[in-house]
Amino acid sequence: MPDSLGTTQSQAAIAVVGNPNTGKSTLFNNLTGLRQKTANYPGVTVERHTGTVRLPKTQALLIDLPGSYSLTAHSPEEMIPADVLLGNIPDLPRPNAVLIVVDAANLRRNLYMTTQILELGLPVVIALNMTDLSHKRGIEIDTARLAEKLKARVVAVAAAGNKGTEEIREALQAALENTSAPPARQSIVPVIRQSAVELQQWLAAQQLEFSELETERALIDKGGAAEQRIAEAAGDAARKKITQLRQQLVGEGSVAALEARTRYAWIDQLVATVEIRGESRQGIADVIDRLTSHPVLGSLLFFIIMATVFQAVFSWAGPIMDAIDGTAGALGGLIADTLPEGALSSLLVDGVIAGVGSVVIFLPQILILFAFIIFLEDSGYMARAAFLMDRVMRTCGLSGQSFIPMLSSFACAVPGIMATRVISDPRDRLATMLAAPFMTCSARLPVYALLIAAFIPDVSWFGFFNLQGLVLFGLYMLGILGGIFTALIMKRFALRGPTPTFLIELPPYRLPNIKSMLIRLLERGRIFVYRAGTIIFTVAVLIWALVYFPRPATLLDEYAAQRDAAAAIYSDSDLEAQLTALERQESAALLEQSYLGRAGQFIEPAFAPLGWDWKISAGVIASFPAREVVVAVLGTIYAVGADVEATDTRLLNRLQEARRPDGSRVFTLGVAVGLMIFYAFCLQCMATVAIMRRETNGWKWPITAWFYMTGLGYLGAFIAYRLLG
Amino acid sequence: MKLDQLKSGSRARVIAIDGDNPLAQRLMTLGLLEGTTVRMIRRALGGDPLEVDVMGYALSLRRAEAKQIDIELLG
Repeated sequence: MPDSLGTTQSQAAIAVVGNPNTGKSTLFNNLTGLRQKTANYPGVTVERHTGTVRLPKTQALLIDLPGSYSLTAHSPEEMIPADVLLGNIPDLPRPNAVLIVVDAANLRRNLYMTTQILELGLPVVIALNMTDLSHKRGIEIDTARLAEKLKARVVAVAAAGNKGTEEIREALQAALENTSAPPARQSIVPVIRQSAVELQQWLAAQQLEFSELETERALIDKGGAAEQRIAEAAGDAARKKITQLRQQLVGEGSVAALEARTRYAWIDQLVATVEIRGESRQGIADVIDRLTSHPVLGSLLFFIIMATVFQAVFSWAGPIMDAIDGTAGALGGLIADTLPEGALSSLLVDGVIAGVGSVVIFLPQILILFAFIIFLEDSGYMARAAFLMDRVMRTCGLSGQSFIPMLSSFACAVPGIMATRVISDPRDRLATMLAAPFMTCSARLPVYALLIAAFIPDVSWFGFFNLQGLVLFGLYMLGILGGIFTALIMKRFALRGPTPTFLIELPPYRLPNIKSMLIRLLERGRIFVYRAGTIIFTVAVLIWALVYFPRPATLLDEYAAQRDAAAAIYSDSDLEAQLTALERQESAALLEQSYLGRAGQFIEPAFAPLGWDWKISAGVIASFPAREVVVAVLGTIYAVGADVEATDTRLLNRLQEARRPDGSRVFTLGVAVGLMIFYAFCLQCMATVAIMRRETNGWKWPITAWFYMTGLGYLGAFIAYRLLG
Repeated sequence: MKLDQLKSGSRARVIAIDGDNPLAQRLMTLGLLEGTTVRMIRRALGGDPLEVDVMGYALSLRRAEAKQIDIELLG
């Protein structure tokens, strides 16, 4: 049955593998264009890219594997390439051929994984990429000889310039047509292969079926994913057998070292016969490298670039977001005017349109941030940014790769969490995702603005230090400290394990391919809208229903009567003012009667230790999908109108003057400060929860984060209320 | 001598990678093993991490990681 890509079960599949920074995804995008699909591999946080490639005679499914340096696997994530190549992934066919993308300027290191994959016996096409750049560096490669030695097809390409793509299509077609007789390639490390076969047979005697690749990896990768998989199936006896085989091979030595030495010895010999390294010409890339790596100029440049990224996400997105807001508002107004007043009109305006709007509103920030991230990644700067920031980020238990996701989260945690995919270590990535929502995002600002303007006196010292400004700064710091604290305890307790390595390649600077950048950008937007958007939309409609229903007829009749009475007494502008006031009172009364209002009253005892009344409680509940909503909800409850600005003086006055039934003030200093702390910590953002679910491939972490952050917010508000009263 | 002690611009040959652990395996996979020639390109501000040339490409590693690598200086 054809799926959404128009592919069929009988169609051939080709795996695309390669080291990071080889231009693999650019070549993948050149080959597939927009005919791509993104999902997750089961059980891990690795993205699964597939696409359809048109070949001269047929079409095939391309499976883009995560970039890696070898088939070594110490974690389930690293086992993905081997599992795909073996056909172990449910609903992915076993590849009929492999396309290996090799960086021509880095032949030696790139051939390491290439030799491992060649031993699988599948037809292989090698795309010798970036031949234009390696040429400039004085590197000449004898492709015919390389092809002969590796028993694989070798095609020189320059994916960034779209050169050689047609030749790749032809080579893939030829590779698929020759599947009947897979080329016999010798194992480079035959002693290990023999032991692997022995282990495989030993397991087969116990009716356990494992591939040679898995048993080989189990012997080589001590304590790694393959060993664990086999031990899980065959128990301690298997561990003993593996240890015994290792001892036979290397005694007290390391099988991993044996593999690496033997392979590199073989590779060094091969490279000596196919590669000529001449004089490297100094290019613009070297000049940029020296400039960006200069201790002073480089750091300055880094701050300029980061400030630009932050500025772009924070304020360039603003006008577009306002336009989206405006369009949604205008559309809502249009519908409200056309349709008769009632549940349908309200559902469309306040539920559906507002719901779609609350999804689309994130797109400008996501697209702007990812335009920068993809450019920085493809140009080679991203790795250098991580290099520069590594030391600072290590104080939080993270690495330099966490810096950009964290910085982006000051604008919005949603693109920030999406940006964590630049982090190679899965535990670091998770810790960053959990710390990111603590950063003060733009949605917290209206809430802070309202509470600060209402309850923090506008006093200054020395004409410079303003108390309101200091409180805002304090709230930013609180978020940063919350994030650091979270990352530290996550790395220390929940995500324990060996210190992740910081072995990253600093690739030479190069100009990214625009088409490939646009395809990836589009994909990010699509992932957000489809995967997170549906959840955000559903919750928005749900909250609408809680606010809208029920509508007691007695209450509506009462206000209709009051309106008639007003019409009899007043006229013109007086009447209009009276009607507006009545409408607001009616909204407030309806809200009190609504399921949300009842929920606020029901939950009031739980929030009583924080000094909150039912109105604050209802506002907080309503703002769980999106924290900034609290301003509008408080506006309605205090009968100012739902479309208030955060610093509207009428709302400020209402809040300041709000009284409990016994006449005491609702918003004491302790309540106000507590509320600010609550909003600084609490995970009141459905979009963040939804994107965390999509990025971690499950509900476990978003639910953990939600309870953790809400608990922390509650605790903070409680302490503030106890201390300040 | 350990790799983290190598001065910027100096070249050295790797003698041994200490330990039988994932880090050692990763280093060797990346082409950093006995006999490989390396050159210290530069250090980040504060001396950590390091940028090392490994047979034609630039690899970044932390000082703690470089401490696992025994080297001998080349003239």
